[in-house]
Amino acid sequence: MALLETHGLTARYGDFKALFGIDFAIQTGETVAIIGSNGAGKSTFLRAICGLLAASPQSIRLDGEAIGGASPAEIVRRGVAMAPEGRKLFPSLSVEENLLVGAWSQKARGYWTLESVYELFPMLREKRLSPAPALSGGQQQMATIGRALMSNPRLLLCDEISLGLAPIVIRDLYAALPRIKQGGVSLVIVEQDIAQAMAVADRVYCFQEGRVTLTGPPSELSRDAIHEAYFGH
Amino acid sequence: MTGIFDTILQGVLLGGLYALFAAGLALIFGVMRLVNLAHGDLIVLAAYIILLLANSLHLGVILGFLLALPLMFAAGYLLQAGLLNRVIGEDILAPLLTTFGLSIILQNAMLTGFSADSRRLTSDGIETASLPLFNGVAIGIMPLLTFLAAVGVIIALNQLFYRTALGRAFRAVSDDPVTARLMGIDDRRLFAVAMGIALAVCTVAALFLGLRANFDPTIGPGRLIFAFEAVIIGGLGSLWGTLAGGIILGVAQTVGASINPEWQLLAGHLAFLVVLATAPRGLFPRAVD
Repeated sequence: MALLETHGLTARYGDFKALFGIDFAIQTGETVAIIGSNGAGKSTFLRAICGLLAASPQSIRLDGEAIGGASPAEIVRRGVAMAPEGRKLFPSLSVEENLLVGAWSQKARGYWTLESVYELFPMLREKRLSPAPALSGGQQQMATIGRALMSNPRLLLCDEISLGLAPIVIRDLYAALPRIKQGGVSLVIVEQDIAQAMAVADRVYCFQEGRVTLTGPPSELSRDAIHEAYFGH
Repeated sequence: MTGIFDTILQGVLLGGLYALFAAGLALIFGVMRLVNLAHGDLIVLAAYIILLLANSLHLGVILGFLLALPLMFAAGYLLQAGLLNRVIGEDILAPLLTTFGLSIILQNAMLTGFSADSRRLTSDGIETASLPLFNGVAIGIMPLLTFLAAVGVIIALNQLFYRTALGRAFRAVSDDPVTARLMGIDDRRLFAVAMGIALAVCTVAALFLGLRANFDPTIGPGRLIFAFEAVIIGGLGSLWGTLAGGIILGVAQTVGASINPEWQLLAGHLAFLVVLATAPRGLFPRAVD
């Protein structure tokens, strides 16, 4: 059984329909990358999974249980955490407080604690008392991922993980992903950098205008097929 | 010279009462950007509840107050969960109109229930006791206790906001409610808890309001104005700013009154306008807006 799957997931912003029946699945232990141009519906897809957008109950299943339309709080409790696009750290909280807020729904101690997040991203320990806006973009992304990990999720959704970051910073972030997976977390990564996505993902989904246009393991996808799925005809 | 010192001292202590009025208002605005126009009336309601418990159950003011605290917390929780959560959102007009309506309903309900007679809380003569300092300057026990209560409430709220998981969640929701939801925080339930806490603070304010002076069902809006002025003078950066705002307002009023008794309120409003003109975001503004 898939860890998380969607069947015919649709989503809309008011009158604007943003997703047209997305079929998606991720198995436990997998890393899945979602690629696609701006406006392809990648972020909308993650927002729908997190409960920020309305979805019909059966269209999203976690461990086979229908969770579509559940509240974000319920989804976090069930083990799905999000590192949102644009980092979205809480500006009036310190780095450490941001991490602690991530543990809000956490009743029992799990693998991820302040200590294990600081081990993963040592820079955050040095900056733990700084206000979140004082961090660089890369450090903010680390704090965002750390904050999501603090809920000890089984599935971590990273939206636009490398957007706007320097290559060396992106390298550091991606270097941390295997260690995150060792902690028992499956990953969905939204990434505009196709090469980066292909390098880490077990499977790739390409979105275009709210539809899945291509899916498969990176090794089986040709350049031309990706080009067509990404940019259309 | 002692006259001026005395005036300022009384003003500082009066500021404690205004800070108590203001703390709940600042808390609610800080957490959910809600301007509660019924805040003053809720303080008066709390005073009547203390009075009712103290007199009808023969409990005395202190026991009445202690019983009123959880009652007002529950009332705040229900008010937010049942009514105000439905109107807060992008549109700031809806909650303003709702709390304005609530203010009118509360005033009329209290007029019907408790009559227009002015009442006060009494407690074994402590209201009139005073502590002689020097040279004929004395401070009333009641104003001193009021001021200490204000400091105590602000310390307690600061501990709550900066030392507890609940406080972090309040600040996170205040920063960004959508992202807070992604952390599993139920912002609506949190708002209800915040309103409960605000009304418990209102109950502390009500105790000292009622022990210090008479109250009747119509004085709520006047207390709201003082609370507003204290909050805005202080800025929204810290609750200590709210205490500073209360003190500035209190000192302005007592200095005004010492010059001419009719100038008490006028002097307070003028001080407020001067601060607004020179530091529109208050003396201790929020770092992040």
